[in-house]
Amino acid sequence: MKRDDLIEYSLNGHHSDDEGKLIRKKILKVTVLLTAITVLEVALGAYIKQSSGAWPYVKWSFVALTLLKAGYIVMVFMHLGDEKKWLRNVVLIPYALFILYLIFIALCEALAVGDAWMGA
Amino acid sequence: MASHSAKLDTETLWGGKESPFQTSYGKLMMWFFLVSDALTFSGLLIAYGFTRHDTLESWPIGEETFNSLPVLGHGYPLIYVALMTFILIVSSVTMVLAVEAGHRMDKKGVVKWMIATIIGGFFFLGSQAWEWSHFIHGSEFGKVELADGSQAIVKGHFGEIESFTVIEAGSHHKEGDIVKEDLMHTFQHAAEKGHINNGIIELHDGSKATIKKQKDEHLKLIIKKDGKSYTVGKEIEGKKAEDLYYNAIFSGEENRVIYGANLNKNEYGPQQYGQFFFFITGFHGFHVFSGVLINILILIGVMRGVYHKRGHYEMVEKTGLYWHFVDLVWVFVFTFFYLI
Repeated sequence: MKRDDLIEYSLNGHHSDDEGKLIRKKILKVTVLLTAITVLEVALGAYIKQSSGAWPYVKWSFVALTLLKAGYIVMVFMHLGDEKKWLRNVVLIPYALFILYLIFIALCEALAVGDAWMGA
Repeated sequence: MASHSAKLDTETLWGGKESPFQTSYGKLMMWFFLVSDALTFSGLLIAYGFTRHDTLESWPIGEETFNSLPVLGHGYPLIYVALMTFILIVSSVTMVLAVEAGHRMDKKGVVKWMIATIIGGFFFLGSQAWEWSHFIHGSEFGKVELADGSQAIVKGHFGEIESFTVIEAGSHHKEGDIVKEDLMHTFQHAAEKGHINNGIIELHDGSKATIKKQKDEHLKLIIKKDGKSYTVGKEIEGKKAEDLYYNAIFSGEENRVIYGANLNKNEYGPQQYGQFFFFITGFHGFHVFSGVLINILILIGVMRGVYHKRGHYEMVEKTGLYWHFVDLVWVFVFTFFYLI
């Protein structure tokens, strides 16, 4: 059977030794950043109690830091940042639509269920 | 895109047309698969959040539940999970280096970094096995139901059990026997079943024995479910904590204490907590496991020179996408399950 993928497309990713050096440098930078974020998260989690007044801020900074980490993994490690704009969009937009909707509906439902239990 | 079509002959194009994203079929489909898998994991994590928010019992706190290290014991909040996260991030880095080497057609480099990635994967799986085992066996104190109906988790140092001295013979032990084996397991089993009454333990064979045990230190009860006298969040220390704890587990009543976790109950918090733990980390662990297997298969292909002959290492890139995705999921599990 003839292969139905295009070798030209698969060759798009190729790069020279010099470009490779730059890419490895970038990988190292992202590695250090991801590790630093993880260390920061653990430190915050271990030292700030959930009962303390600062907790809500810590909680939301966890969410923000996680999204930052996820962004670096997807854009750099998974090379989505280097793909065509519409490949990026076709991956990210449907996902975002479904998940934002799911979060919205789950929050509404959780409030309703909580009220029903508390009322009873 | 039109400019591209000039150099591609129609025979090799997808069904006669140009690829919409100038990407190979395999890579595009890998991305679509990952989107669907990401939706599954998001669904699970959102369900977790939903359950957590409308549970009336207080939900376990990550740094209280996961504070142990192998060999070193308790008192290291979140360090172990952070280590697991770090292992997975490092193996993701070695994977991206393998992909980079592939783009330079550097076969030796690909082999080296893929082996490193696979080792990282095994390390992660081993860590998870330890963590599951620890979670299932639970702490030395367990979760206790106090006399007023409230439930509390217990912190502190459990004084070692030294021996049981038989005071009433059973089918196996004679009176005066001193039992020195399997003490902790016997003790916890008896406590759960309500076979300890006023400090007298009933052993498996029906014999009765007194318990010789060192004193506990720094005992602290943290209430996790409301009772008549205590409400969630209340902390009890010192002599009072000791009395409350031992009155409960020495009451001779069944189910006053729970050790560890299974699908029906767990010592850490509400029943659903254990189920979510097993399902989410288990589903992720299964992804890691299959990722390691796929990486091994691709590594064999690399070593045999299959991809070098093909002229590109895109298979390494595709398995790399899957592997990074597994890391990505863990980043979210780590935040929502352990940190928040």
